[in-house]
Amino acid sequence: MQRIGVFICWCGSNIAATVDVVKVAETIKNEPGVVFAANYQYMCSENGQQLIKQAIKEHNLTGIVVGACSPRMHEATFRKAAEEAGMNPYMVEIANIREHCSWIHKDMEETTEKAVVLVRTAIAKVKLNAPLMAGESPVIKRALVIGGGIAGIQAALDIADAGFEVDIVEKNATIGGRMAQLDKTFPTLDCSACILTPKMVDCAQHEKIDILSYSEVEEVKGFVGNFNVKIRRKARYVDESKCTGCKICMEKCPAKKGANEFNMGLDNRPAIHIPFAQAIPNVAVIDPEQCIKLKTGKCGICQKFCGVGAIDYEQKDTFVERQYGAIVVATGFKPIALDNFNEYGYADNKDVITSLELERLMNAAGPTGGVLLRPSDKQHPKVITFIQCVGSRDSSGCGKPYCSKICCMYTAKHAMLIREKYPDTEVHVFYIDVRTPGKNYDEFHRRAVEQYGVDYIKGMVGKVYNENGKLMVQGSNLIDNEQITIESDLVVLATAIEPEPSVRKIATLLTASIDTNNFLTESHAKLRPVESPTAGVYLAGVCQGPKDIPETVSQASACAAKVIGLLVKDKLKTNPCVAQPDENMCNGCGQCANVCPYGAITYVDKEFRLGGGKTEIRRVATVNPAVCQGCGACTVTCPSGAMDLKGFSSKQIMSEVEAICKM
Amino acid sequence: MQDVKTEKKEFTPNIVAFCCNWCSYAGADLAGSSRLSYPANVKIIRVPCSCRVNPMFVLKAFQQGADGVILCGCHPGDCHYVTGNYYTRRRMALLYSFLNYMGIEKARTRLEWVSAAEGQRFSAVMNDFVKTVTELGENKRLTDLRVKEGE
Amino acid sequence: MKDVELKVVERAKALLASGEVARVVGWKKGDFCFDPSPAVFESVEELDGLVYNWFCGANLSKYLIEISKKEGKTAVFLKPCDTYSFNQLIKEHRINREKVYAIAVECLGKLDVEKIKAKGVSMIEDVEVVEKEVKVATAYGTETLHKPEVLLTKCETCQKTHQVKDEEIILHERPARDVDRFAEVAKLEAMTEDERFAFWKEQLSKCIRCNACRNVCPACSCVKCVFDNPASGISAKANDAEFEEQLFHIIRAFHVAGRCTDCGECSRVCPQNIPLHLLNRKFIKDIDGFYGEYQAGEEAEGKTPLTSFTEGDVEPNDAVDGEAK
Repeated sequence: MQRIGVFICWCGSNIAATVDVVKVAETIKNEPGVVFAANYQYMCSENGQQLIKQAIKEHNLTGIVVGACSPRMHEATFRKAAEEAGMNPYMVEIANIREHCSWIHKDMEETTEKAVVLVRTAIAKVKLNAPLMAGESPVIKRALVIGGGIAGIQAALDIADAGFEVDIVEKNATIGGRMAQLDKTFPTLDCSACILTPKMVDCAQHEKIDILSYSEVEEVKGFVGNFNVKIRRKARYVDESKCTGCKICMEKCPAKKGANEFNMGLDNRPAIHIPFAQAIPNVAVIDPEQCIKLKTGKCGICQKFCGVGAIDYEQKDTFVERQYGAIVVATGFKPIALDNFNEYGYADNKDVITSLELERLMNAAGPTGGVLLRPSDKQHPKVITFIQCVGSRDSSGCGKPYCSKICCMYTAKHAMLIREKYPDTEVHVFYIDVRTPGKNYDEFHRRAVEQYGVDYIKGMVGKVYNENGKLMVQGSNLIDNEQITIESDLVVLATAIEPEPSVRKIATLLTASIDTNNFLTESHAKLRPVESPTAGVYLAGVCQGPKDIPETVSQASACAAKVIGLLVKDKLKTNPCVAQPDENMCNGCGQCANVCPYGAITYVDKEFRLGGGKTEIRRVATVNPAVCQGCGACTVTCPSGAMDLKGFSSKQIMSEVEAICKM
Repeated sequence: MQDVKTEKKEFTPNIVAFCCNWCSYAGADLAGSSRLSYPANVKIIRVPCSCRVNPMFVLKAFQQGADGVILCGCHPGDCHYVTGNYYTRRRMALLYSFLNYMGIEKARTRLEWVSAAEGQRFSAVMNDFVKTVTELGENKRLTDLRVKEGE
Repeated sequence: MKDVELKVVERAKALLASGEVARVVGWKKGDFCFDPSPAVFESVEELDGLVYNWFCGANLSKYLIEISKKEGKTAVFLKPCDTYSFNQLIKEHRINREKVYAIAVECLGKLDVEKIKAKGVSMIEDVEVVEKEVKVATAYGTETLHKPEVLLTKCETCQKTHQVKDEEIILHERPARDVDRFAEVAKLEAMTEDERFAFWKEQLSKCIRCNACRNVCPACSCVKCVFDNPASGISAKANDAEFEEQLFHIIRAFHVAGRCTDCGECSRVCPQNIPLHLLNRKFIKDIDGFYGEYQAGEEAEGKTPLTSFTEGDVEPNDAVDGEAK
């Protein structure tokens, strides 16, 4: 006889505000087989779990249903609680009455009714659950870090320092990422390159780290502990093992008009180039779109001058396949395109620039050698106006709905650095709000205002236009309640940031969740902030949400800690929800093996008793539970229904269908 | 006391959605956490992969009173189990066409690929499906397909 | 036909006598000329009862699943359509090919005694066919019928050729013909949903769930049928018998989709004359239309349309009647 316990969670007001949890529990109490039903504010809390454990013991429960948030959230929590109370963890089913109910429907009566149906459905299933035992799978003790910015670098260093092999796959020719482009960093104003480049060198020199630059992840197979990753090593037309980074090729290359990506296109670079002086690896790359030899077949100058014979115009993309136990995604960000923001005149005026462009203009290694000269006429700007929240906190649909988080601080930094270096420069900042939470952050901003006399104007800019060579910034001053126009020499837009677009492909390959803004979703916003819901995949840096360098580094180290915690294990428990044939019904027809993507099914000749002392030998399917991933493709293709899936059996699903259809 | 329930409720279809655990169920979760509403009569059954959905489940749902059945899985090429949804696509193409041949309106059966990122799409798909099925009205055909003697 | 029958019996006896085969599977004479039934012959004497006439419509391939498990080789007579079922069963590892001696036997179409009787012809004693004329000898004299009108439904559109043979007994070549086996399916497809529903409701309401279709179907050869499998959730023993009752034919048709060779046995044996082959043919037509022409049983190995795919397959929402719409 089944003895089912049902536990309805309020999730504070998340569920209780729209679902009458008491009524749900009361209604369910009368369901056949249900011997206990309770409701509680937070089932996932220690007390909630205690309540479950106690009920299991006191009422001798054979199975439980928790009406709560998505099973993707807390199924594991409740299974663990059940296990601690002596119940097989697979005798637990979750009714998702939050994401699929309380959060999306408003009418209390309707929502309560639906919650009851969902709980009934889970009861119908759990009644047919069978105790399952997890198997084991080995862990490959090597990690993959996708993205070689500060997040990837930090994660790789931490993992490698713990003694595990790490590969960094970076799509650009060098690691370093956005941080390499920055001039100074807030709130301490230390030089970005001075703190980043030693870490880049550490990576290059670390015996456990392998940097695969100019490479992209092409294919990901497998699962936590056992990922099989195919990496495309893009043709750089330069033999990485031979190039010494002497840069003679750069000098000699006749195709010098390529937009220098590292300097945000503010100057040019040759077709063959090393992205910047401290690049790691310090190896040249040829831009095939620009290279005369690759485009026309004529030229070959770089090859002629290369003293080590590193140039190889015939180089093709190659592929490497490697196995990893864990994957860290650290794909970073880019500033948004400003096509939707014509009012700021970015496309029409050379002297309207983005903050990242300003970083390059102020950087000693930048196009102006660190002297602040405006792009149009290379003159010192005397009046500089900063505009905040360009594309951030924008609900109009033109920009991004979120706060980019770093702009307030870097604008204060820019303003301060300019005032310090060029005290005769007038600096204005249009802002909506100044947001500076963080250690020493508000102090930093106040210093800009109080010590450096930066003119902060609360208000938005309506228009930037060119009048006789002057940039007129027209905006409102909300404090004085007036419209003002500031004649400026340079306008700097604090452009919103967005995840690097390639993250979409990565997310797809990893089957990692991604949100509407292309930020990767963490497993739990607060409690599992560096884990993707896909087991074995971890998130570091802006790919998960806007953040500054200190936060990124913290998150990367947190990722590393998680990865180390995984790789240190020799074996992982495997999903016991695998396919299993009933040999008495199996025809041995071979259809199931045809659809199995893992090759988990084989056939054996087996002797069966027929009764009356007779036996017969029949060909029947067998499933390797360590290889089977539990998709269920075989179950549907099986004509006799001999193949079934543990945890999602035909009978269970049919029973769920029946229950869920009853209004 | 006044019985407010006497007024006839307008038809709300009973919709069963089979969602794969990795993409569509997560997409539905995202619709939830983004508070992107869709009608409460859409009820979701979680399956590991869309390829776990046996046509029998679809038939069972209709027979048990569902007015529309929708299957959601990862986009082709994105299946967590590599190829599962390709088999689903063939099975359902044939099943849906066959049911239509039996006289069941095509629009009552649907298959949509919804990724874990597409909370918005999940909600939009469900709203649209509910609207379509509401227009079709109640489904009785599969339960009426065979009338036994004496009925 | 008599000449063919003579040869059939002669070969069967020779094979059995020589010990080359341990048994012969063929058709055994019934009480009348029109009711031969599948039988296993294990001695030369028994073979006196072997017949091969215009009423030997039954497909013998399915019997080989059990018989080929026995000691020794089994000879079997296979009409063109039967060979597809035979091949399909080999593909599904249900028949041990090594233990079967397949004799391809000629077929110029088999007759449907029900259709003859429906013409008002009774007390049938013998049948002779000359070209398109069927001469039925009865106790009341001889009646002449137009052959296409009294063929088994499955023979009406048959264009099949022998796919398997260890030897053949073909004395008369069947003339080639050009018929569209999907014409009736297309006719139904052209109807409105309401009309189609009315059609099938009328047809399927006749079903008495005798399981004859399932029992005769060579694709329905499971060790244990899904309808008898309590773990499937659809068995009649499960708590909801209604489901199985109402949806039996849909489930059955889907189960054999991609594997059904269109042998037409289901319709032949249906005591209620439900055109069950029109269900299976719908799947065949759609498979051909969606994924390219495919004839189950043409090959004895390889994947079926439902266990293979291409990345550009038609989307279910757009897939209607063998086309992407």
